[in-house]
Amino acid sequence: MKDTEGYITEDGRKIGGVVMEMKNITLKFGGVNAITDISFDIREGEIRAIIGPNGAGKSSMLNVISGFYIPQEGEIWFHGKPRPQMRPYEVARQGIARTFQNIALFEGMSVLDNVMTGRLTHMKSGFFSQAIWKGRAEREEIANREIVERVIDFLEIQNIRKTPVAGLSYGLKKRVELARALAAEPKLLLLDEPMAGMNVEEKEDMCRFILDVNDEFGTTIALIEHDMGVVMDLSDRVVVMDYGKKIGDGPPDEVRSNQEVIDAYLGVQH
Amino acid sequence: MFYDIFIAPFVDMVEAPDFLMQVLWEGLVSGILYALIALGFVLIFRSSRIFNFAQGIMVVFAALTLVGLYAMGVPAWICVILTLGVMFVLAVAIERIVLRPLVGQPDIILFMATIGITLFLIGFGEVIFGGENKVMITEELGIPTGSVLLEPFGGLLILEQKDITAVVVAALLVVGLLVFLNRTRMGRAIRALGDDPQAALSVGISIQTIWVLVWFIAGIIALVTGIAWGARAGVSFALEVIAYKALPVLMLGGLESIAGAIIGGLMIGILEKLFEIYWGQPLLGGNTETWFAFVLALIVLLFRPQGLFGEKIIERV
Ligand SMILES: Nc1ncnc2c1ncn2[C@@H]1O[C@H](COP(=O)(O)OP(=O)(O)OP(=O)(O)O)[C@@H](O)[C@H]1O
Ligand SMILES: [Mg+2]
Repeated sequence: MKDTEGYITEDGRKIGGVVMEMKNITLKFGGVNAITDISFDIREGEIRAIIGPNGAGKSSMLNVISGFYIPQEGEIWFHGKPRPQMRPYEVARQGIARTFQNIALFEGMSVLDNVMTGRLTHMKSGFFSQAIWKGRAEREEIANREIVERVIDFLEIQNIRKTPVAGLSYGLKKRVELARALAAEPKLLLLDEPMAGMNVEEKEDMCRFILDVNDEFGTTIALIEHDMGVVMDLSDRVVVMDYGKKIGDGPPDEVRSNQEVIDAYLGVQH
Repeated sequence: MFYDIFIAPFVDMVEAPDFLMQVLWEGLVSGILYALIALGFVLIFRSSRIFNFAQGIMVVFAALTLVGLYAMGVPAWICVILTLGVMFVLAVAIERIVLRPLVGQPDIILFMATIGITLFLIGFGEVIFGGENKVMITEELGIPTGSVLLEPFGGLLILEQKDITAVVVAALLVVGLLVFLNRTRMGRAIRALGDDPQAALSVGISIQTIWVLVWFIAGIIALVTGIAWGARAGVSFALEVIAYKALPVLMLGGLESIAGAIIGGLMIGILEKLFEIYWGQPLLGGNTETWFAFVLALIVLLFRPQGLFGEKIIERV
């Protein structure tokens, strides 16, 4: 493995060693090469962006990390060990939470219940122990509720706690989805276009939340984003994809001045 | 004619209110059993989008297993526990052998698979337990078999104790299920999976575990229904016909609504009994209970294609 020393960012945040490493990942759908032989790493505490034009394979990469897609080739190393093939729920139980490009919420439930499902990976008492040791289950429920309420306060959605999510605006739904992911207290947070479809104000809020999560809880974040400005502001390092290949990797400034990236990505306006 | 249809039945009802209460009670008892079976359907449908054709045969299978084990000399209460064990094994087997390989196939394929399960259970049940009618071990299970006599309006109302037991147990089961779905971790996971499988996976819910769980719950419901119905009508594959009554209940209540299943079941149980006694027997020569529920459901669907409870109530458990 590469150095595990880490580095200090310009704004003084400490970035640790490599927590996740993608090694030569290749993913095909029939004849389509969604990802071709891509390698990159994610360091502890950093905000890692994945950018690229439409259809570049960004979401596919996130789906590989979270176990939704199984790559034909390559390995994923997590905490210094190769990860066996896992189903999505197993990945979630390892402390990797995510949001989706097309919001995936439990539409029939309230905001609170949605966020509460984020705690499922932390709830120990099963159904039978819940029936037998009522006290323990109740204590657990209360502890979980506290964390959930803190997340809800943090994301400033207290006023819609009891609202069914089905009727919420797009921007708020995205925020609830983030809340659900945060409730899991993830080690690694994967965000697929967290700001897509939002107005300027909502985008600013979301940017602030992402930075605050990273800053306050030290959460490692990998995010996909189209808006170059946002990416430059948020991320510590950027992977650039085009047609399933990696064409750039590094700090935002460096990536921005890379000619291949300019041609492929910045040339194509979104 | 007009008099016979629109006046006479109501005159009868008013003149003999004790008899009317008897009819309503009988209807309620059937209704609650229909509701239970419909509940089994709803749970499985909500969590997997599978229309479980096998729910009815599971009732028969559970009852046959219970009675069969008792015939082998096993004490009654042990039989219940063993039968629950069998229903659990069945749930695991169905998930492993049938559902898991078919994940992601079109709904109709999964529906066909449940028909396969039905046929298998019929064959398997007949080989092991034989096809003849059996008697439910009602007394052996400690279910009282006497009757309670009441005298409302100076008349006579006979409530069989085993029916009272069935109603009470069914009500407890429903309440327990609602608490389970709304208050517990696993219950939340079941609702979540029904809402959005992708999101459910992302919060660490194992589809396999939930499927085994809901099929097991459906098995428990089947056993309770089987005992209650078996106590009234004996245990044989003919029991399966009551399961088909769940279809009109689902047409009325919707495939996804737990409240719909309960209210729909009670409505059909009560209305079909009223119709049979006050209209069917005097005017149509009786035996209307075999078809009344379906006709009622069709008529309701003509006016409300989304069922009685529409789409809104669906999400609320
Ligand atoms: N489940 C799938 N089945 C078949 N092809 C898929 C699937 N998912 C992705 N693809 C294909 O893989 C390629 C990469 O898609 P992906 O969604 O990863 O791109 P993206 O970079 O996220 O694009 P966008 O910016 O539009 O979200 C596309 O050609 C897409 O059609
Ligand atoms: Mg995408």
